[in-house]
Amino acid sequence: MSKTPEFGLLIDYEYCTGCHTCQVACAQEHGWPAGMGGIRVNEIVQKLPHDKYYLTYLPFPTELCVLCKPRTRKGLDPACVQHCMARCMTFGPIEELARKMKEKPRMVLWVPK
Amino acid sequence: MKASQTGIFKTTTWSPGPGCHGGCGVLAHIKDGKLVKIEGDPDHPMNQGRLCARALAMTQYIDHPDRLRSPVKRVGKRGEGKWEEISWDEALDLIEAKMKKIREDYGPESMVFNVGTGRDIYAWISLLAYAYGSPNIMFGLTGQACYGPRLAAVITVQGDFAVFDAAQWFPERFAHPGYKVPECMIIWGYNIHATCPDNLFGHWIIDLMKKGTKIICIDPRLSWFASRSKYHLRLRPGSDSALVMGFLNVIISEDLHDKQFLENWTNGAHLVRKDTGKLLREKDLVKDGAEGNFAAWDPNRGKAVVWDTTEVAFRDKEVKPAISGEWEVGLHDGRKVLCRTVWDVFREEVGRYPLSEVEKITGVPAKDIHDAAVFYAKAKPAAIHWGVAVDMTPALTPLVTGITALWGLTGNLDIPGGNVFARFAFDVVPYALPGTKGAIRLKSKELDEPRIGSKKFMPLNKFYWRCQTDMTLDQIFTEDPYPIKGMWIQTAGIMQGLGMDPKKWKAALEKLDFVVAVDVFHTPTTQYADVVLPAGTFLEKDSFRSWWVPLQTINKVMTVEGCRPDVEINFELARRFDPDFKFDTVHDLYDDILKPSGMTFEELQAKGGRAYPPDGSSSCPYLRHERGLLRADKKPGFRTQTGRFELYSTLREEWDLEPIPHHEEPPFTPVSRPDLAKDYPLILSTGRRSPAFFHTEHRNIPWLRDIDPDPTAEIHPLTAGRNGIGNGEWIWIENWMGRARYKAKLTPVVPEWMVMAAHGWWFPEKKAAEPSLYGMWESNINQLIPMNEQGKDGMGAPIKHSMCRVYKCKPEEVNHE
Ligand code: SF4
Ligand code: SF4
Repeated sequence: MSKTPEFGLLIDYEYCTGCHTCQVACAQEHGWPAGMGGIRVNEIVQKLPHDKYYLTYLPFPTELCVLCKPRTRKGLDPACVQHCMARCMTFGPIEELARKMKEKPRMVLWVPK
Repeated sequence: MKASQTGIFKTTTWSPGPGCHGGCGVLAHIKDGKLVKIEGDPDHPMNQGRLCARALAMTQYIDHPDRLRSPVKRVGKRGEGKWEEISWDEALDLIEAKMKKIREDYGPESMVFNVGTGRDIYAWISLLAYAYGSPNIMFGLTGQACYGPRLAAVITVQGDFAVFDAAQWFPERFAHPGYKVPECMIIWGYNIHATCPDNLFGHWIIDLMKKGTKIICIDPRLSWFASRSKYHLRLRPGSDSALVMGFLNVIISEDLHDKQFLENWTNGAHLVRKDTGKLLREKDLVKDGAEGNFAAWDPNRGKAVVWDTTEVAFRDKEVKPAISGEWEVGLHDGRKVLCRTVWDVFREEVGRYPLSEVEKITGVPAKDIHDAAVFYAKAKPAAIHWGVAVDMTPALTPLVTGITALWGLTGNLDIPGGNVFARFAFDVVPYALPGTKGAIRLKSKELDEPRIGSKKFMPLNKFYWRCQTDMTLDQIFTEDPYPIKGMWIQTAGIMQGLGMDPKKWKAALEKLDFVVAVDVFHTPTTQYADVVLPAGTFLEKDSFRSWWVPLQTINKVMTVEGCRPDVEINFELARRFDPDFKFDTVHDLYDDILKPSGMTFEELQAKGGRAYPPDGSSSCPYLRHERGLLRADKKPGFRTQTGRFELYSTLREEWDLEPIPHHEEPPFTPVSRPDLAKDYPLILSTGRRSPAFFHTEHRNIPWLRDIDPDPTAEIHPLTAGRNGIGNGEWIWIENWMGRARYKAKLTPVVPEWMVMAAHGWWFPEKKAAEPSLYGMWESNINQLIPMNEQGKDGMGAPIKHSMCRVYKCKPEEVNHE
């Protein structure tokens, strides 16, 4: 097994709605009890000029994320990616995902493993 | 022995389970008869492989240790939480005997059948109630203030309901050749993506945004949509109707309305008498003329001409009526009266709302209202979608008909990417929403006579087949005009969620002779039942749905020992109550209801469990009013009294209610009650949706509770600061009715003047017995919301806007459990 990371999760956080599907999909897939799991969704409320605010949700892969190796080996998407209600997560080789980041802003690339 | 295999089965979501209004395709992984995993079905056009947190948590739901697995009979006092398990036979025999006794002694109307929101069981509770002979099916919310009123209001003026178009009518979805992505979408008081209400997949709107749809978000909160909107109109709760009048004002005064639609499809040209303020009818013009026919002014002939509602045409063909003007019209009795057009009357009302005034009422800057209205009116196509905020106000009909006028007058009705008619797939109607007649009906009109509220409130009388909730609650106490002796409560949380002023509901339940509850888990409500029956989830039943498109089967993929699907429970009892009951099996019943589709249940299942109505049928868009696809007589037009889209509601006029949209200030706002505002300076709103829960459900599902562990109240940091409240601290929200305890979430997503309290809270982990009642008195915000404030038409209620103050709990009042 190679130690250098190959794959990642690209998050288009412009569209993440904070639905928490990724969290439960992961818990189900890997049998995590409540409170544990490979991904956690964060809420960020940012103040802007003129007393305006912006609301962002951002899923964050935790120490427990294994990038759904057993699924991806079979050609399936990770559980979170498949079920993501906003279709804002992509799994793939890091280089490919990094190239995708040029297509639009408000993206983040996680390489959890 | 070979290790057992996991089978993967397709079915469709609905309640019980995720709680939503359902429709997603799922793959259930079953091993040794147990659900080991559930996933979204990638081949299903609705969700395309995606799935919400609640459906994904089904393994924790279906095998939950607290799940009811046997009928139980109450052995202690109501509320004592003492139960004895009994067999299904014993339970059904007992229920049959008790309910038959009530029917004999007091008549079938003395049993009320209570149901919660959007359940699979509306059809099956009708089956039971109607077989028993009772017309009193009750949706337990004050003013029935969720969805039904909105439908009823739209149907009053438009004949059919309409929803935003995300190409859900076609199996190929967005690839459908005629489809267009809306350029603009108004999201009115809706956090749709959190829970998928109203049989829509909430994230379709996100799909549309990715394809370029720009959002106008009308919401006091900074919702996710608001953050990403082109215009966020942050209105004061309860002022929505003023805002819609402002929109109409901009659109009409800047001449942005669709003249073709106005002249060809609305009743804008019909005449209104100046002396009575009522529509001119044929009976005014001609002796023995029809009450149901109307009139318009023909400028060529220089006289009033009759609009024949049976022909959906002018009596004299080739009339091009005047849309604006004032004329003297001769009546058959020789009098002459001045008349003007509906359009002029409509415009005059709209003219009463200059933007400066609307800004004052709503708190939204006039310029933003103007720019948003212009953007909506110029966008082609544009769609509107609305949440329950529009129902949760007493004057919901003037508001809803105003919004309906918006999509009509901008030419966005039943066009690709606009607001398109929502009809039951293939016109299969198991579940009679307002405006439709279901396949399951009462045996006679006489049995419908005693339906509570049907004499007083005309929408209920005409096409809304429920009893009026507030009147029903009162009648339990007054027994006037007849006593209510029993209640059948099926998957409804009257105590912990649906019921406002829950103390009153508790007293009502305690007064009844016999109460049955059917549910998946014990809840605060089941504590007041005499018998509780354990229901099966959507995975445990065969059923189907036609709300709206496609027509789909729900397929039984497993059973849970001891539990029975709602439909099977009701079917069995219906058979016992109705000597003429004509079905042998549940599938016979399904086949009968499915007849208009030309398929039996098994045939539909064999087709993959899904069928889309073809072009040319009434449940397939577009422009159905032009193509004669809406009306039974196949004439072009709408299913309204006039056959037209009614800017002026003929029904409302007949019911002595205002026929035209307008603003009415709700009963408990700082504007209507400045006296109360001194003590209760904050606007209390409730019902913000959480993706973890559907209303009162799912607090006992560990994965979901982890997402949203406590009852939270959103408070602006400045407001919290002024009241000495820190983030995460426990507070009381209080008004003249009572108080409830919440965990403060300090966040600028709410305005400084508002508190948003989560609804539906109880604590399944706490004691069932009174006084705890699963802790339901602690954080139930409904204790601050009254009953009996429904609108003039019996619909709508002030749920989204009350008033309150907030203060910190004392240390000993904080919940340490
Ligand atoms: S599933 Fe997708 S949209 Fe939902 S919280 Fe996770 S990343 Fe966001
Ligand atoms: S809530 Fe939405 S995603 Fe979940 S099952 Fe219902 S319709 Fe599907």
